[in-house]
Amino acid sequence: MSEVMLEVRELTTKYITRYQEDVYAVDHVSLKVKEGKSLGIAGESGCGKSTLALSMMGYYFAPLHYMSGEIIIDRRNISGMDPDDVRKSILGTEIAYIPQSAMNALNPTRKVIHFIEDVYQAHDPYKTKKEVYELARGCFETLGLPAEVLQKYPVELSGGMKQRTVIAVSVILFPKVLIADEPSSALDVTSQKMVIKMLKNLMENGFIKSMIFITHELPLLYNVTDDIMVMYAGQIVEKGTAKEAVFDPLHPYAKGLMGSIIVPESGLRDVKLTAIPGVPPNLKNPPSGCRFAERCKFVQPECKAISVELRDIGGGRAYRCILSEKELRDAYQREANQNAR
Amino acid sequence: MPDEKKIILSASGLTKVFGFGRQKCVAVDHVDIDLNEGEVVSIVGESGSGKTTLAKMLLGLINPTEGEVYFQGKKRDISSHKKKHDYWKNIQAIFQDPYCSYNIFNKIDTVLLDCIHMRGGRKFPRAKKVELMAEASSFVNLKFKELTNKYPFELSGGQMQRLMIARIFLLKPKILLADEPTSMIDACSRATILDMLMQLRNETGMTLIFITHDIGLAYYVSDSVYIMKHGKFVESGSADDVILHPKEVYTQRLINDVPKIHEEWDLSTV
Repeated sequence: MSEVMLEVRELTTKYITRYQEDVYAVDHVSLKVKEGKSLGIAGESGCGKSTLALSMMGYYFAPLHYMSGEIIIDRRNISGMDPDDVRKSILGTEIAYIPQSAMNALNPTRKVIHFIEDVYQAHDPYKTKKEVYELARGCFETLGLPAEVLQKYPVELSGGMKQRTVIAVSVILFPKVLIADEPSSALDVTSQKMVIKMLKNLMENGFIKSMIFITHELPLLYNVTDDIMVMYAGQIVEKGTAKEAVFDPLHPYAKGLMGSIIVPESGLRDVKLTAIPGVPPNLKNPPSGCRFAERCKFVQPECKAISVELRDIGGGRAYRCILSEKELRDAYQREANQNAR
Repeated sequence: MPDEKKIILSASGLTKVFGFGRQKCVAVDHVDIDLNEGEVVSIVGESGSGKTTLAKMLLGLINPTEGEVYFQGKKRDISSHKKKHDYWKNIQAIFQDPYCSYNIFNKIDTVLLDCIHMRGGRKFPRAKKVELMAEASSFVNLKFKELTNKYPFELSGGQMQRLMIARIFLLKPKILLADEPTSMIDACSRATILDMLMQLRNETGMTLIFITHDIGLAYYVSDSVYIMKHGKFVESGSADDVILHPKEVYTQRLINDVPKIHEEWDLSTV
């Protein structure tokens, strides 16, 4: 039985806007990541994926505020911790975070080795520069990056190389969990593949123990992670293994997302893409019932009245819909038949 | 009737060189392309392969160093401002970044009104203009009432890109050049935008040129695909031939690098 590295229980966080309005961007989210496993979080833009990532780290700086719930990293409860303490004792050593445009965060006037020296200065100030250099070189070589990169300025590196450098710098203290928030969305396909290969390498070489991968590119998620969680309007709407979530989604939103996958494979041209009409609800005053009801094809009259709980159906699968598993499957079957005609 | 295909836009020996001397950079290198009327074409390449430079030359936004562009069999003439405007009535573009495609000082009404004026609707009564604008906005699932008196930057990226399609709907150009229309947008809105573009193309029969790095998208939409590398076309042909049975090593690599779901994605070949 592998240990649970990161556990989040019923976490709720909100943004307070400058007009004192509350925006609940993460609403009662629970998740578990075990040692050696990776979790993918999918969803449209604006559905709270990145906010969830920040919340999981305990990184509560205004306008983000902690409301309720628990965050447990390797049996250590960090919920309600002061964000400044989090920055000193959690980030980098327990959790590492790669934000969306990480490669733009490199200071163009400093060499790559300086970023690593900075990290060690904050966490292990008694190491000499030479020791740091040796450590960094070993780490970079294990990850397949040439050691010359250390002596270069960020502007001398290509986009993909910059991104991989940032990843290498972020895992230099061997954190337990790595949260990668769209690490490859600004890269072309070849660099993307290199980044993905490197992330997989990190797990295999024991740099990190588990990973959370956030993206809206489902084919990527399917290839990288073991489990997939689909978010919609701050809530989890579907949970399952990667295979289940992609090939056999239960929630209508997840089904819609899977319908918009474009991959260069034979048979793609015969399939009609199904886009989900409409836009996600405004989280300032979310609808009282099911949040997806406005855009759902299979909406029932009672959907808008009752708030729906996440339904656990065993085997790690869960979905948030009023319809039963069988009803949903029947509905999808009917729809497929209609399209075929 | 494949024989009756009419070539609407063609280029021969199109070249663009940036800089000179030691810093010379050949962005597009003697490219020949023939586009048939009503065809959907994709130009695929990695970043830095010269896709956008080629697009800009076809649009007449930058002057080619060498080579000519022929529009409807005649040599394109964009020597004066008026001639350029006449040319742009026939060829329009959607750009990658919706956030900087609009003049931020113009309200959305103005954006759409300009399109009507460009199609010779300057003397239309106000009611008819509003009707046309409402029709265009409803085509792209936007509500015209909510759009009036707003500035483009008040919309989301996906909405802006849809507004761009509404412009095209009003302008009805013969050729539409879509330069990475969906790369800044998430996967779900991407399907919506592609659907709209294809619907528009089916209604008006215009020629559609997609410039993209997304091979899946190119395969999904286009009749023929051109693969571009270092300013040259390395492979071209019908979408099925090029994407499913690539001959060039470069194309094979490009396709292998895209994550798949039904087939194995081989990570070892990087």
